[in-house]
Parts: sequence; structure tokens; C-alpha cells
Amino acid sequence: MTELSAHLPQFQHGQLTENFPDTHLSNTNDNSERRRHDNSERRRNDNAESETNGQPQNNVQQVVEQDEEEDEELTLKYGAKHVIMLFVPVTLCMVVVVATIKSVSFYTRKDGQLIYTPFTEETETVGQRALNSILNAAIMISVIIVMTILLVVLYKYRCYKVIHGWLIISSLLLLFFFSFIYLGEVFKTYNVAMDYITVALMIWNFGVVGMICIHWKGPLRLQQAYLIMISALMALVFIKYLPEWTAWLILAVISVYDLVAVLCPKGPLRMLVETAQERNETLFPALIYSSTMIWLVNMAEEDPEAQRKSKNSAFNKQAPASRTQNEDAEADDGGFSQEWQQQRDNRIGPIESTPESRAAVQALPSNSQTSEDPEERGVKLGLGDFIFYSVLVGKASATASGDWNTTLACFVAILIGLCLTLLLLAIFKKALPALPISITFGLVFYFATDNLVQPFMDQLAFHQFYI
Amino acid sequence: PAFSLFIFTIARDPLRIIILIAGAFFWLVSLLLSSLIWFIAVKASDPQDERLQKGLLIFGVMFSVLLQEAFRFLYYKLLRKAIEGLVALSEDGCSPISIQQMAYVAGVGFGLMSGAFSMINLLADALGPGTVGIHGDSQLYFLTSAFMTMVLIFLHTFWGILFFHGCEHRRWWEIAAVVIMHLTVSGLSFRNPLYVGSLVPSYLLMAAAAAWAYLLSGGSAQNLRRFLLCKC
Repeated sequence: MTELSAHLPQFQHGQLTENFPDTHLSNTNDNSERRRHDNSERRRNDNAESETNGQPQNNVQQVVEQDEEEDEELTLKYGAKHVIMLFVPVTLCMVVVVATIKSVSFYTRKDGQLIYTPFTEETETVGQRALNSILNAAIMISVIIVMTILLVVLYKYRCYKVIHGWLIISSLLLLFFFSFIYLGEVFKTYNVAMDYITVALMIWNFGVVGMICIHWKGPLRLQQAYLIMISALMALVFIKYLPEWTAWLILAVISVYDLVAVLCPKGPLRMLVETAQERNETLFPALIYSSTMIWLVNMAEEDPEAQRKSKNSAFNKQAPASRTQNEDAEADDGGFSQEWQQQRDNRIGPIESTPESRAAVQALPSNSQTSEDPEERGVKLGLGDFIFYSVLVGKASATASGDWNTTLACFVAILIGLCLTLLLLAIFKKALPALPISITFGLVFYFATDNLVQPFMDQLAFHQFYI
Repeated sequence: PAFSLFIFTIARDPLRIIILIAGAFFWLVSLLLSSLIWFIAVKASDPQDERLQKGLLIFGVMFSVLLQEAFRFLYYKLLRKAIEGLVALSEDGCSPISIQQMAYVAGVGFGLMSGAFSMINLLADALGPGTVGIHGDSQLYFLTSAFMTMVLIFLHTFWGILFFHGCEHRRWWEIAAVVIMHLTVSGLSFRNPLYVGSLVPSYLLMAAAAAWAYLLSGGSAQNLRRFLLCKC
């Protein structure tokens, strides 16, 4: 975490380094000291917990000492590496969503709306449409807020079983039902004949492996792949069922809400983080994408709050509590360097309102599984972030007149926003919302590219001028 | 080719990827601003007048070129500060990435973005049915577009190197040369569809820029010969 803060400001933002040349250097010193302190803490905790967890934490300890010296040099590499580790999954998710939108027409057909957006947008006047979309967005946001508060309350009062069950059911639904629909649509598009038995077998395997990977143990790559697929599925559902203006409004309001919820002292997300910190527990491992190896701990004991899933939309799946005690202990030392939390609820079914799941980004060191590896610090990003980024890019590719130009512009804008957010994370070292900056950039670029750049580029291409 | 450049030289080092994306971002912003200006100009003028529209387009292009170069300069400034930070951060006092590498990556970033914006809609349309140039336009539209885009991407890369080098050593004439070259290439593209007039000089300019950048980066004829001979 300290590493991140140390080097990220450097190459991400020249201006920042200029402003804090002294503080930066002192930061480094503080960081190294803190890191040493953290390392020693971790060592103690490791020792204490190696018996309880039964995890081979010992190897980490020896590595820890060597790391301290190498850390400074590796910092830069790690810092950029973390950003890239987040770039890749976000890019993959967006690519999947855009590819699906472009090829499978199911997701761009208007087949009705969710129960959460009862007002239609096909009205006669513009004013009516605007009003309807504002109302829709308001309803959706209030649903999300209610869900978040519900989740926080459940967490506070330790109703872990409820949260568990909630998350499991929603991830079940997502893994089986939505992927079934998706597969069906893909087959329809490419005119592939398939019998039910094969499909049943495939979906069953996919779903079961997914459940195991996400809630229990599994190879990291597989788990990451599943998280990406789930985010993409969720984003596709959103793109399909949200009408135009409502979608853009929701994106805008969500980023504002995210900002408020995470940074205000009484914000639900912030309370969540603090409660988790007090209790020395990991945060919602089920809702977070993590980029490094995580020690997988027995879920039943250690991650009571691990699964938080919104029904129908299990945004966040996370390797359960692997980082639990060690990271928590680390977190207690102030190791919660950066967290982003966001919770999203999406629910397609008419059954219940979707709980929100938040995505938290944490830069916590995670212990590598091999004893020789230096400590890998992982970065965590909430699945809700993935989903909304993909919604933005997917909508851009689906409905923009500028087509690929707009999509590309939004993509670059979101990546840059992510960079900036990680930079801020490195500076502030606390939970930060990952949505606002990226979504703002994305929205600005979408509307600007669609309306301004597109005609320009069209004219240029028509005359074959090159700029 | 540009994509393969990306894979072989940039994809390994995450820092370079970040610089690349940031470079693309800067180009995008410059494009945005220039199209904003053009849009305003168009709206303020008569949409029926063909010649005026074309003139406005040309004006827009020139303005965009100038803006692109301005943004390249801004990006250079940013990278300078970033390098100072990186140096301060690393232990052994030298930055993990040199300014020349940054120049190269920044150039590629600009180039990729510009190429992508020029080509991608074309490519998407090319997937569909249809005949090229059925209305009496040139039949080589796609081919020349592809070549032109490629030359532009490479040119951006070389211009990046030249530009940064000029800024480093405070040789204003180098910077001016880059700007003039850019304007020239764009201007040449105005003479489309007379492809001979635009493609050939562009390629010549690119060869010149390539040689210049190569020399600036410390290469020389002997290096080149040794490299080629050693391989065989």
C-alpha cells in the first residue's frame, strides 16, 4: 500500500509531484517505516494465526525482511503493475460487453423495462421524457440506497447468515439463469443448433465451477475470469433493460452517490468500512475483484460477512476471506490504505429489490502462495465498478452515432479515470470511490465525441483528409 | 504494424502502457477541442455553401494539427515532471524509463489513437457488403486509407521522438520542423483523391523523419549494418 502511494504520484501526475516534493520524500520514509512496522505486525499475526488458519504463513515472514530492502526499487514496478493489473480485467470486461452488444442483437432490443424503472421513455414531448427519466433514476437510486443501508445494518448487527444466504442465492441466479439466457442468445445469433442436454451440462458445469471458485477456493485466474464474466453479464442486463436517458442519469447520479457515500462521515459505505475495520474482518470478499493471490480461508468460520450478494446481480464476488486475519491485522495498523467501496444493486427479477453490493478497492498486501515471491501487493476493485464502466462503454457502442470512435473515446477516458483514481488512492490512503472520476470522464467524452467529434471525423473521412 | 510495435515494445512494461494510454488521452482531448472549434464554425456559417464548408474543414484540420502539437508539448511537460518524480523515487538515482523511451511511447500513443480514429469506422464498414467507389470515387479508397493511416501512425511516433528531443535540448528549430512536417502531411492529404500527390510525399517525409529520429536516438549507419549483418 505504501508502495503504491510512493510511486504512483510520480508517474501519474507530474503536477502532484511538483506540489509535494518534500512530502513525497517524507512519505517514502514514513512508508518504509510503516511498512517495516506493518511487516513486523504481520509477522506476529502470522505466527499467531498459523495454527488457527493452518495456512503456511511462515514462508511469508522470511520473505518479508528481504522485501524491505528491495521494496523501494520494486515499488515503481509494482505501482505501475497494479494499475495494469486493474487495467486488464476492466478492459476484458469492456471488450466482452462491447463484443456482445455488437454481435448479439438481443441486448439492444427493447423488450420492456425493469420494475424499478416504471416510467416509459417513449413519450410525446421531450419534457415528459425528461421527467420520466428523472423519476426512473430517482427510484433506482433510492432502491440502491435502501439496499446499501439494509446491508450495512445487517452487517452491523452481525446477521451474517442472512447476508451469506442473500449472496449465495443471487450468485446462483446470476451464474445459472443469466448465463443460460446469454448462451441461448449467442447461439441464436450464430445460428448454432444445440440440444437441451448439452446446454444443461454446460451450464451446470459452468455454474458449479463458478460457485466454487467464487465462494470457496479456486485458482486465482479462474476466479478472476468468473468475476469478469459475471460483471459483463450484469452490465449487459443493465444495458438491455434501462432506457436511454435513464441509464445516463443513473450513471451520473450513482457516481455522485458513490462520492457521498464513501467520503461523508455518516455515509453507509464508510460506516461499513469502519465497522469492518473495528471488527478486524475483511470486507465483503464476495463483492470484490482482487488482482493477486489470496489465501483462501475456510469460509464458514472466517468470513461471516464474506458473501454479500445482491440477488440476481451478484456484482461482487471475491475470494473469500483469504486475506482475512493477516490483512485485517495489517489493516488495523492502518493497512486499509485505500479502499473504494461501492455497492450496487441490480435486480432484474420482479422478486425483490436488489441489494447493493459494493465494490471496495483495497490495496492490501496479499501473501503470495510461494515462499520465494516477494510480497505481492494486490489491488482490489469492486465489481460494481466493473459493471458500471462496462455499462458506460456498452451503451456508447450500442447507441452512439459515432460508433467505434465513441466507444474508443469512452474506453480511453475510463482508463485514464482509473489511473487518476489509483493515484489519488496512493495519495490519500483511504477508501476512495472509484466511480466518480472515471464515469465523469466517460460521460463527458461520450457526449462530446458523439456530438462534436463525430461530424468532424465523418467529414474528414469523406474527403479523406488526415489530421 | 503499429499494433505489433505495441506488442513487442510496450506491452512488457506496465509503466509504458500507462504512458501510452495517457498519450492517447491527450490526443483525444486535442481532437475534442479542435472539433469543438470546427463545430462552432460550421454552425455559425451557411450550411449550403459547399466551398465554404470545405474551406472550413481545411481550417479545422489546420487548427487541429496545431492543437495536436500543442498537446504534445503539454504532454512533454507532464512527462518531464513525472520523470523527476520517478528519479526521486527510485533508489539508485536514475529513472527506470528514459525520456527517449517516453518520447517513443508518447509518439506511439498519439499515433495509435489518431490511426484508430481514422480507420476504425472504415474497417467496420468494410466488413459489410458493398462495392468501393461505386459512385465514381476512387476504387482504392480502402487501400489508400490503410496506407495513409499507417504512415500517419509512424509519423506520429517519429515526431514524438523528434519533438521531445527538441524540447530537451532547447532546439526550437526541431520543434518547428515537426510542426511544419505535420502541417505538410495534412495539407498533402487535401490533394486526395489524387493519391500520387499525397501518399508518395508522405512516405518520403516519413522516411526522412525516421532517419532523423534514428540518428537522434544514437543510432548510426554502422549500428544498422552491424545489426543487419549479425542477424545473418
